[in-house]
Amino acid sequence: MRTTEQTLEEVLKLAATHFKVAREQLTPGDDFFQKLGIDSMQALELLTRLENHFGIELPDYEMQGVSDFRTLAERIQSRL
Amino acid sequence: MLDLRQYASLGGALRDALERWPNETCLIEADRERENCRLTYRQFREAALPLARALQEMGFAQGSRVAIIMTNQSKWLISAYAVFYGGGVLVPLDYKLTPREHLQLLAHSEARFLMVEYHLWRALTQTVGFQHLRVEEVLVTEAPPGADLTGAHSTSSGQARRWEECRASREPDFVPRDRTDPAAIVYSSGTGGQPKGCVLTHENYLEQCMALTSLYPFWPGVRYLSILPTNHAIDFMVGFIGPFTCGAAVVHLRTLRPEYVRDAFSRYKITYMSLVPMVLKNLERGLRARFAELPWHRRFILNRLIALNRRLTRKRPRLALSRLLLRGVHQAFGGELRALFVGGAFTEPATLQFFYDLGIPVSNGYGLTEAGTAVTLDDFNPFRPDTVGKPLPGMEVRIIAPDADGIGEVAVRSKTVMSHYLDQPELTAETIVDGWLQTGDLGRLDPTGHLQLFGRKKNMIVTAGGKNIYPEDIETVFEGLAVKEFCVFAANYLWPQRGRVREQLVLVLRLEAGKKFTDALRADLVARNRRLLDFKRVGGYVIWERDFPRTASLKIKRNLLAEEIRDRLDRADAVVPL
Repeated sequence: MRTTEQTLEEVLKLAATHFKVAREQLTPGDDFFQKLGIDSMQALELLTRLENHFGIELPDYEMQGVSDFRTLAERIQSRL
Repeated sequence: MLDLRQYASLGGALRDALERWPNETCLIEADRERENCRLTYRQFREAALPLARALQEMGFAQGSRVAIIMTNQSKWLISAYAVFYGGGVLVPLDYKLTPREHLQLLAHSEARFLMVEYHLWRALTQTVGFQHLRVEEVLVTEAPPGADLTGAHSTSSGQARRWEECRASREPDFVPRDRTDPAAIVYSSGTGGQPKGCVLTHENYLEQCMALTSLYPFWPGVRYLSILPTNHAIDFMVGFIGPFTCGAAVVHLRTLRPEYVRDAFSRYKITYMSLVPMVLKNLERGLRARFAELPWHRRFILNRLIALNRRLTRKRPRLALSRLLLRGVHQAFGGELRALFVGGAFTEPATLQFFYDLGIPVSNGYGLTEAGTAVTLDDFNPFRPDTVGKPLPGMEVRIIAPDADGIGEVAVRSKTVMSHYLDQPELTAETIVDGWLQTGDLGRLDPTGHLQLFGRKKNMIVTAGGKNIYPEDIETVFEGLAVKEFCVFAANYLWPQRGRVREQLVLVLRLEAGKKFTDALRADLVARNRRLLDFKRVGGYVIWERDFPRTASLKIKRNLLAEEIRDRLDRADAVVPL
C-alpha cells in the first residue's frame, strides 16, 4: 500500500511527464492551472493518465474545486 | 416535429412528444465504455410518471419550485419532465458551483424540493450554513447502499429520500399551465450579494425552440451529444426541449474527458453538439496534433484536400462533398455530424475557419439566459466567422446609441425574453426597458444583418468556458485583507477594448497610509485567490494611491473609480500579475 507521500510523488512525476516540464519545477502546493498554464479540459486529460497509472476510476467531480497536487493526491489515495 | 404554436406549456408539449414517438430512442447515457441506460420515449414516460406521482403525494403542487443539482444524465431530464408534468417550476442549478453557492441559490429560489446527486448532496451537508437549508423534500440519486441520508433537517423525516425509490403507482395528475406562467428560474450568474434568477416562462421556451429548430431541425434518428451542463440555457434547449419535441435522441456522457467525448462521436453517430470555445479549442488542438503526426506525404495530400474543400464550400457548406473529400476526418467524428454550435464566450475566427475548412460547420452564436438562449446564430449563408451570425426568426435586435462606427449596446426584443429577475423589480426595470432587453454587450449590425460583438459595457467577464463572472461576487473572498480598501474590476471595463480578448479580473488595492505592498500581503492575496474556482480567479492587482469615491451610505462608486483609474493609469504598466 502506497503512502500519501508516495502517491503525491507519483502524481507529480506523471504531471511533469504529461505536460512536458521538469519534475523539479513542480511542488505539492502548486496551483497546476497557473503553474502549467492549462485549462480544465487539459486537467481532465491528466486525470485519465492518473487513472491508468493507479488502476482506479476517478469521477470527473473529484477534480471539482481541486487545483493543487496535494489535494489531488489525497483524493486518489482515498480510492486506493 | 410538434407544432409548438398549439401548446401552452412545456409539460403539454413533452407529454405529446412521449406519446407520438413511443418506440424512438430519446436518451442514451454512457460512462466511459459502459452504457448506463438507453430509453425510448415510452420508457422515459414510464420512468418519469411514477416520480411525478410520488412528488404529488409528497405535497408537490402547481407552482412548486424544484431545484435540480446533477451532472448531465438521464435522471436530470426525467426529473425535469416530472416537474413540468405536475405544473411545477424548475430551478436548475449549475453542479459546478461550490456547495456554499448552491446553498445561497437554494435559499434565494425558495425551492421546496431538491433533487441532487449523492456526492453533491454530501458536499452540501458538510458546508457551513447547511443547517439553514429550507427545502421540504430532498431526493438523492445514486446513493450507495447503506449511505447515510440523514441530515435533511427541514424535511418531515429529517432525512433525504432515495430518488430511485420515489415511485408511486397511481397515474399522476397532469397540471396545465399558461404560456405566461413561469417554467424555470435560471441563475445566469452572480452568487454573492445579488443572485440573478431569470424567470423564464413556458412561452419563452416554446418560442425559442421554434426559432432554433427552424434553422437547425431535429428529427427521429438525430442524436445530440450533451456535454454543456443541462442547467445552462443552451443545453436545456438543444439538449432536451429541442430534440424531445422532434422525436430525436440525447446522448449524455458521465465523463467529459476529451478522449471519451471524441469516442462518443463515432460510437453514437452524433449529429449535433453544443460546446463552449474552450472545448472547441481543445478539439482543434487534438486534431492538429493528429495531423502533425501523419507521414509527410499523407499530410501533404490532406492539406491539398482541405484547400480544395475550402474553395468548394466558400459560398455554403456542402456536407456530402466534404464527407467524400475528407472521409477520414469525418469518420473520426462518426460520419453523421452536421454541425457544432458554439457560444457563451468569444470564439476565435481562426478556430471556426479551421473546422469549416474540414467541412464541419461550427455555428457561432450569441445569447444570454435573459433572452431565453440564443439571439443570433450563423446560418452559413454565407459562413461569417467574424460575426456571431444573424438574429434568429422572431428576434428583433437593435443597437442603442451607436457611435460613429455604428457600435453601441445590443438590445433584444422577442417572445423569448425572460419575464423578470426573481425578487428584483428594480434590476428588472433597468434591464428590460419598453420591452427591450438591454444586454450590456457592445455590438454592431453590419449591412448584411450580421451581428459583431466588441466587448461589454458591464463590469463583467465571460470566461472561455462560457461562465459569466461579476467582479462584485469575487470580492467576498478578499474581505479582511490587510489594506485600507479594495475593489475588483474586469480589466476590460477599466480599460475598454475593441475586442473580446484578454479578459481578466484585477484587484485594485488602496494600501493603509504609509504602508508598502509586502511579500506577506502578496502571499495572502495568492492564498485567498486560490479559494476561488480556477475560472473565477483574479489575474493581477493594481496599487491605487487615492481614496475610493463613495456614496453617502459608503458604497464604492464603481463607475467613478473606474473612470479615475482609466484616466490616470495605463493597463500595461499598472497591472501586476498574481
